[in-house]
Amino acid sequence: MWIFSNTEEQQMLQESVQKFVYKSYDFDTRNQIIASEKGFSQENWDLFAELGWLTVPFKEDDGGFGGSAVDLAVMMEEFGKAMLVEPFIATAVLAGGVISEQGSAEQKAELLPKIMEGSLQLACAYAEQGSRFNLANIKTSAVVEGDTVVLNGSKTAVLNGSNAEILLVAARESGAATDSEGISVFLVEAASAGVSIQSFANVDGKKSAEISLKDVSVPVSQRLGTSGSALQALQDGVDRATLAVSAEAVGAMESLLHKTVEYSKTRKQFGTAIGTFQALQHRMADMFIECQLARSIVIMAAMKLDGGESALEKTKSVSAAKSRIGRAIQKVGQEAIQIHGGIGMTEELDVGHLFKSVTAAEIMFGNTDYHTQRFASL
Amino acid sequence: MNADFTAEELQFENEVREFLQNDFPAEYREKVDAGIRLSKDELVHWQKILYKKGWAASNWPVEHGGTGWSATEKHIFATEMGLIGAPEPVPFGMKMVAPVLMAYGSDEQKQRFLPDILQSNVWWCQGYSEPNSGSDLASLKTSAVRDGDEYVVNGSKTWNTYGQYADWIFCLVRTDTSVKKQEGISFMLIDMKTPGITLKPIVLLDGHAEVNEVFFDEVRVPANNLIGEENKGWTYAKVLLTHERTNISGVPRGKRRLAALKRLAGNTDDGFGGTMLENSAFKTKLAEVDIELQALEYSELRTLAALSVGKAPGPESSILKIVGTELAQEMDELFVDLAGYNCLPFVPEQFEDGFQGEAVGPGNSAAAALSYFNNRKLSIFGGSNEIQRNIISKAVLGL
Repeated sequence: MWIFSNTEEQQMLQESVQKFVYKSYDFDTRNQIIASEKGFSQENWDLFAELGWLTVPFKEDDGGFGGSAVDLAVMMEEFGKAMLVEPFIATAVLAGGVISEQGSAEQKAELLPKIMEGSLQLACAYAEQGSRFNLANIKTSAVVEGDTVVLNGSKTAVLNGSNAEILLVAARESGAATDSEGISVFLVEAASAGVSIQSFANVDGKKSAEISLKDVSVPVSQRLGTSGSALQALQDGVDRATLAVSAEAVGAMESLLHKTVEYSKTRKQFGTAIGTFQALQHRMADMFIECQLARSIVIMAAMKLDGGESALEKTKSVSAAKSRIGRAIQKVGQEAIQIHGGIGMTEELDVGHLFKSVTAAEIMFGNTDYHTQRFASL
Repeated sequence: MNADFTAEELQFENEVREFLQNDFPAEYREKVDAGIRLSKDELVHWQKILYKKGWAASNWPVEHGGTGWSATEKHIFATEMGLIGAPEPVPFGMKMVAPVLMAYGSDEQKQRFLPDILQSNVWWCQGYSEPNSGSDLASLKTSAVRDGDEYVVNGSKTWNTYGQYADWIFCLVRTDTSVKKQEGISFMLIDMKTPGITLKPIVLLDGHAEVNEVFFDEVRVPANNLIGEENKGWTYAKVLLTHERTNISGVPRGKRRLAALKRLAGNTDDGFGGTMLENSAFKTKLAEVDIELQALEYSELRTLAALSVGKAPGPESSILKIVGTELAQEMDELFVDLAGYNCLPFVPEQFEDGFQGEAVGPGNSAAAALSYFNNRKLSIFGGSNEIQRNIISKAVLGL
């Protein structure tokens, strides 16, 4: 039997996020948060910890809520509707996920509780100029010298890079630039000598950074797991983050559709609401279809991640979701702006920011073409 | 059928090419290539160079100091300008208000305004759209009430491009509320320095304030700033809108951007040891855009052929607007695609003139998303693409 309704727990989680957004995350508040120095609200982060949200991505073994991808998707969808900029994906889903998969028992015991109680910000520095979306393409070098390892290279698109206390740096200990073996992840304190961080906000308001590492020394003990074996964990973490960002995009598209339909009912031209024009009605019907298909495929991917499918099937389903979501994003995002007309192009209205958010989501963790081709090649 | 240029036309093409190579300042060319906006002074400077050459007003007749070019010559000029990235003269004076002045202005008005437009001494802006009158322009409400030798103007205009630079604004105003909406509109020229005018910048999604809302509060305008007859403004405006719609296909600019896309793709790693020019999905999309551009170019040439034998630009020009703008938007998608993560940083100030800080990302890759956002306007302004499709369905298909 197919059951697609939320469990009681999922419903509670959903309502708890909805309540928070309604009370504390209107559009103006969000703008103020983005304009603040950190670019996210510590107060909100503390609240997320208090409400237990930061435990959602983690398995029970890690002290988490269970690590269900469906739970995560339910939550991210609500985040997406209001375009939350807090670094949930960067710290809890991606970095937390990589530590959970690849870290030693001591490393997990040390770091995961801190993530869940909200006292630690992390960032995963894996992408590099020229690597595009290929996770195995890592040129940053890690050279072991006795008890220390020396890192050299530069990282791009490091989400939460400017706020993280610890960076998870993917670096190559052996092999050629695109080999799957030879990649390790090191825990590097952001304040270490030789680390320089260029910080900025992305088009979706989330903080990101370009990071360069010049002769950065860290103890070998800061390597996650064994030497050269981190690619699979990185892949799994990014897959989970991909699902999370896809679910977020489903929420944002839902908002785009809703706002567009409402606007078309109130905006009058030629003596009538523009929503009465069939030319626009059909296009909004198409937006609705896109939103529904997007949601369906995200649910599919989440269920497969939670189910007994093979690792290959899980990965394939994530790429399928991201690819389909990407197509929906383009259509729903562009139509929302077009139907709003000029007003949709202004910074003052939230619809434009939703458009920018979903545009970033389309690129994040691999764009539509990348995931379509990955799906085909798996 | 023949799409070859004559010997004279080929010679003209060479002359234009040579002039642009030598006289379009290299400094501006570099900025355009880097995605940096030219300042007001730079645009005016460039237009004055064109004026000195006698080519400022490509669409004007000789009697007013224009080039008197044929449709083909205009096409050649626009093509060469687009290929090198030289900005067309700001259209509000040269291409919008000037043709209306020539057709409906008094001799006194022509003498007063046209030379300054030609010489780029005065910057014009457009006062058409209002917050509640976009696609339905004729429903505009900004009122002008006659009071002795003056009109008193109240209301607001929006989507006013570069109003912050403007010395004058041409406006559609309501002078009669008792008749059919199209029949109570007048065309009026207003000095932006007149007391009662205020400007509010509108920041768009790319973080740049290129448009404004303009407010009129008891603004007193001399009655001799009215163009033609009172309540005939809608007729005049329609002439202007036709002019706005020619040359909107942007084929030359499209060719330039396509070449840039190909260059960029060849220099962009695909992450697997090759370049994006070898990526099958990207290659296919690039080819589709290339092919569409050729179909558009020949559609434009066919329209041009009709113009050159004296036919007026018909409703078919809507095709050029729709396809041209949608194609330009597709190219933005390809630039975003190529940039990958590099288009995510939102640092619009680095593409403003005189930026001194540390740039984010290689080259102008971070401009790709900004351009993608900004160019959503293309299918909205100048008569939205929905309005253009209405024109085709009504005026061409008779539906």
